[in-house]
Amino acid sequence: MSGVRLLVGTRKGAFVLTSDGKRSHWDVSGPHFGGWEVYHLKGSPADPNRLYASQSSGWFGQVIQRSNDGGKTWEPVGNKFTYEGTTGTHLWYDGTPHPWEFARVWHLEPALTDPDTVYAGVEDAALFRTSDGGQTWQELSGLRTHASASSWQPGAGGMCLHTIVLDPRDSQRIFVAISAAGTFRSDDAGRTWRPINRGLRSEGIPDPYAEVGHCVHRIAMHRSRPEVLFMQKHWDVMRSDDGGASWREVSGNLPTDFGFPIDVHAHEPETIYVVPIKSDSEHFPPDARLRVYRSRTGGNEWEALTNGLPQSHCYVNVLRDAMSVDALDPCGVYFGTTGGQVYASANAGDSWTPIVRDLPSVVSVEAQTLP
Amino acid sequence: MIRVVLPAHLRTLARVNGEVKLDVAGPATLGSVLDALEASYPMLRGTIRDQVTKQRRAFVRFFACEQDLSNDPADTPLPEAVVTGGEPFMVVGAMAGG
Repeated sequence: MSGVRLLVGTRKGAFVLTSDGKRSHWDVSGPHFGGWEVYHLKGSPADPNRLYASQSSGWFGQVIQRSNDGGKTWEPVGNKFTYEGTTGTHLWYDGTPHPWEFARVWHLEPALTDPDTVYAGVEDAALFRTSDGGQTWQELSGLRTHASASSWQPGAGGMCLHTIVLDPRDSQRIFVAISAAGTFRSDDAGRTWRPINRGLRSEGIPDPYAEVGHCVHRIAMHRSRPEVLFMQKHWDVMRSDDGGASWREVSGNLPTDFGFPIDVHAHEPETIYVVPIKSDSEHFPPDARLRVYRSRTGGNEWEALTNGLPQSHCYVNVLRDAMSVDALDPCGVYFGTTGGQVYASANAGDSWTPIVRDLPSVVSVEAQTLP
Repeated sequence: MIRVVLPAHLRTLARVNGEVKLDVAGPATLGSVLDALEASYPMLRGTIRDQVTKQRRAFVRFFACEQDLSNDPADTPLPEAVVTGGEPFMVVGAMAGG
């Protein structure tokens, strides 16, 4: 029987939650790398037992861990992330030039067909790639040296490259998102890049329609329709039907269109999920009720999913990498909170159950569907 | 034989219990001890000092014989008591927080 493995990154270590296809009983292992921040873990689509984890600490810096047995054992691999060539500057919070400084790896995206190839999105924003299973990392420097890069500014969480989406139909096409520069696309495997932010409107920057400078929180794609992208921006939920060339708002009837994660149902490309958050100054659910919102129409028309979720006195947040779906039928949906809960729905969001309630603050959740 | 005490997180990462014992080729200096440590435990590269600039990470300190060696140049000879193994060279994670 097939099963699901959830890879959960938290502020104090990583946890691996496993279940059979019923998704009603879960085994919990961890913490792995206890006491370290684990921003992200992800498995290779080509080999589900090959996992990569980003482990970091304000004291001891960045470590990358690799597992070849589905997270039972781990080994540290290469952690040398060196910007290529002239480092250059971006803008600091006060608008002065600030040299690029590596802080940590936010997101690891294993390639679709090769377990040894992985992309890493880092702070300060840049994209790295390994093709030897994480032993060595090379920067795809065309992004950081884009003509607009000297004008990029960090978001409140740092100037991070937090989202990497690989096009399953075109191995040359990569999408990334950077806070607070926006979304970029490469059509030549990461050599050159162009901003794809037309249609985004952001109050709080001098030109609300600027080519770059938008605080994009997350983008998502259904693998059957790689030209369609969904975006949770700082404010606004957006949609593109042309590979990011243009965007339109699909916030519709959401109670607030601020939030962090966005994801797509595994089998229904027009079914998407967000977790509305009250505002950028109050990072908790509106009315203290934790609600996932689902649209079955690709946006604009949203329904609140509340069954099993706390509907009073709830003040957690759900971070950008902390939602994921499995590929079983019905589709499983999962998310983790800053309060340490990981919620699971085995019926596409109709009802929810906490798998664990008291983990450290959850940063990321990735679902793996096991054969 | 030089004895090195690592902070708990780095002992876990290096999979060692207690002190690390190192043979250091040539004069035992701050830099050569760290070189020997990283050669024996490559997973520690980058966790104590930058891999390119060799600059000490801000929240890591070096103590020996009740002296703070953190800001000494890399070619600073270590105290004789450390060189002979009488006293350990200590890599310390700075206390921080409220």
